Amino acid sequence: MGRGENMGYLTQPGGRQKKQQFHLDVDVEPLFIRFLRTFKEILKFVLFSYTVLFGALLLARWTTYFMNPSVLGQQVQRNTLTVLRDPGGTSRFLRSDPPEPSRVSTAPVRGLIRPSEPLIMAGTGDGSSDVQWCFSQVKGAIDDEVAEADVISTVEFNHSGELLATGDKGGRVVIFQQEPESKNQPQCRGEYNVYSTFQSHEPEFDYLKSLEIEEKINKIRWLPQKNAAQFLLSTNDKTIKLWKISERDKRPEGYNLKEEDGRYRDFNTVTTLRVPVFMPMDLMVEASPRRVFANAHTYHINSISVNSDCETYLSADDLRINLWNLEINDRSFNIVDIKPANMEELTEVITAAEFHPNQCNTFVYSSSKGTIRLCDMRAAALCDQHTKLFEEPEDPNNRSFFSEIISSISDVKFSHSGRYMMTRDYLSVKVWDLNMETRPVETYQVHDYLRSKLCSLYENDCIFDKFECCWNGNDSVVMTGSYNNFFRMFDRGYRQDVTLEASRENSKPRSVLKPRKVSTGGKRKKDEISVDCLDFNKKILHTAWHPLDNIIAVATTNNLYIFQEKLN
Amino acid sequence: MINTMECAADAQSLISISLMKIHNSRTQRGGIKLHKNLLVSYVLRNARQVYIKEKYAEIYRMQQYEEVMTVCNEIQELNPLDLDAEDAEDEEQARAACCGEEASLCGAACHRGAAQLAVHTRAAVSALPDCCPLEESSKEPEPCYYRSCCMETSPVSQCEQFSANSSAYCNKTTVLDLDTHVVTTVENGYLHQDCCCDALQCGQSAQSPAKKRKVEFGCCVSDVEEISDFAAARKRAKREDCSFFHPDYTDTSHISNLISIFGSGFSGLLSRQADVEQICSKQVLASLGAWTRAIVAF
Repeated sequence: MGRGENMGYLTQPGGRQKKQQFHLDVDVEPLFIRFLRTFKEILKFVLFSYTVLFGALLLARWTTYFMNPSVLGQQVQRNTLTVLRDPGGTSRFLRSDPPEPSRVSTAPVRGLIRPSEPLIMAGTGDGSSDVQWCFSQVKGAIDDEVAEADVISTVEFNHSGELLATGDKGGRVVIFQQEPESKNQPQCRGEYNVYSTFQSHEPEFDYLKSLEIEEKINKIRWLPQKNAAQFLLSTNDKTIKLWKISERDKRPEGYNLKEEDGRYRDFNTVTTLRVPVFMPMDLMVEASPRRVFANAHTYHINSISVNSDCETYLSADDLRINLWNLEINDRSFNIVDIKPANMEELTEVITAAEFHPNQCNTFVYSSSKGTIRLCDMRAAALCDQHTKLFEEPEDPNNRSFFSEIISSISDVKFSHSGRYMMTRDYLSVKVWDLNMETRPVETYQVHDYLRSKLCSLYENDCIFDKFECCWNGNDSVVMTGSYNNFFRMFDRGYRQDVTLEASRENSKPRSVLKPRKVSTGGKRKKDEISVDCLDFNKKILHTAWHPLDNIIAVATTNNLYIFQEKLN
Repeated sequence: MINTMECAADAQSLISISLMKIHNSRTQRGGIKLHKNLLVSYVLRNARQVYIKEKYAEIYRMQQYEEVMTVCNEIQELNPLDLDAEDAEDEEQARAACCGEEASLCGAACHRGAAQLAVHTRAAVSALPDCCPLEESSKEPEPCYYRSCCMETSPVSQCEQFSANSSAYCNKTTVLDLDTHVVTTVENGYLHQDCCCDALQCGQSAQSPAKKRKVEFGCCVSDVEEISDFAAARKRAKREDCSFFHPDYTDTSHISNLISIFGSGFSGLLSRQADVEQICSKQVLASLGAWTRAIVAF
């Protein structure tokens, strides 16, 4: 190329003649030739530098990929989640189907879409998406003796993730609020502190049936925020209540007829008139019941779900599902009724129900037989005829006395995108594509080592435990609980799973959670725990994932653990 | 079919555990949980299938099978509500066979009215609150059983046989009205009073077995001592079967409540008995129909 020519120019004896020839012409066109030569040099240089740059980029990219491919993906999701929340645009920015595990190039591709993200992330990875979880907070009493009323029965983040509500067996609701991120530690997300506590439900007695109605809160669901106040629905076995949680930080002072403490003033002492003004006061959070939806369910309510239209919600008991309007509490529509004419022919009950996150006409309900039915309310007033039936045929080799019990679905949750739904039965978590009814697209075994222990689990009633499951903000990871205060996370994209433990021993602030392992038999390695040593009284039934961040709330029997992603 | 688990519990203990759960659920706070009881009923059904399968396998091998069958037929001829010495003699014969011989003989007597199992389970749970303060282990109720064991073998089974014989398959529906506590059995359009109630009445009226009670008790007590032996446990279980169609008949309310637990239905289950059909006689099958029960909602 250029160099070669130069070399030739200098050394070849014939070049002299050329040179001479050149000199002859130089006078005629010196500028043009010189310009061309210069231009040639410049081009060479530019080409050379681009080659170097490109090579360096490739080298850096590949290095990053081999070191920490998934961190890119994780990092990416944080900054683009505001886009993800846009219901219409979700599909544009979020890959609704999980990346195929065989396509190794997935991670680099995701990184390149968002070039603003740093390409190199430090840190070793383990478990799902190489996110490391560290302890943040624990709420609740430390004693080993658990009061029955303190047992946490539901956990739910609100739509922004700023508020975290828990319900317990004593009928109380405790709401935690996240502190705003401090400027000192921009990387550390705020802590959750108690925001409001109130008694939602009281124990009641049904005199007609001589039955006591438990005050245990079965479910809490937040309504999307429309004004300064927050609204949530809480339900026990029979009654649903709509609560308004509002803040008051000002109060009027300077009444003419009333003293500050509320006593009435004597008329005669009033000599001047003044206008009351609002003065700041200590923040007070009030919870008031705005609606009580009662007497609509004969059987025990197991689920409530707010519709995406924010006007209606459904409540499901063992045999019926009712549709309510949030404003009207004395009437509800019955939309599903699976009670047979002859109760002796009863073969299945409804175990969970949920509205589709985007389509206000669609909802699903799961049954104790392991089936999920998707119903469209536009099809008929009574949705007994399902639109879709999701059922996986039973494996005849695994038949046992307890096949029906372990196939009963305890929880069903739509993904945020609305394309998938997840079901939890006793031993596994299944992810279903709404377009495929014949089998789930993914099945994750939560604690398959319990399959041989079903008999003893039946005797101690643990086989009836209803575990819940949850999605993370961008539907890439699913989480569910297990025994011995273990909880499991399954990364759908990278097919990784991790078992973590919520215990007081790991409760040092920002201590990283170490993955746990249960040894299934044979040799037990160090740090592994054998199946027989598992404590079946310590179970994690309720978990919740912050809708936008990697913050999780995990409820053990009477404690609430909050874990955050480890940030550098 | 169902693979029997390696765990310690066999079908019999599963049945008793399940019944215990159903019984306890009635006193639980918050009312009866329909879902849990439905699941427990599935376990009961599965355990029953295995149990009956095992039982009939033994019966099939028995030599005295036919002998008992003839006894069966004779009893069948009689008016089931008319208990007299003839019955008692038959009972004694059957019981002697029961107690004196292998446990499988009991099975023979048992299979005659397969609903005995139903009654046994009724007995199991009804006897529990009456007789035994401790309800923890399934072995506890057994002494109580023995106390009441020495009655006619099956006024109940006879009742059911009687009604069962009127149709090839026993399509019985037993419904308990929770308000009036009246138990009615609807079968093929005919309304009968519940057999069990009749049986109780029959049982009450019978006096003759009193002296045989001791005999029975004697031979049964020896079994109680073999608690630790697994095989003996099964033996005892079968013995219970033959003996315990007679719950404590002073507690009709308990019985009728338990009957409500085992309503009939599960018509699909009847088809599953097809393989058993080859082994058993039609009679047995018909009375098996009484066993196809679902849980009646409370």
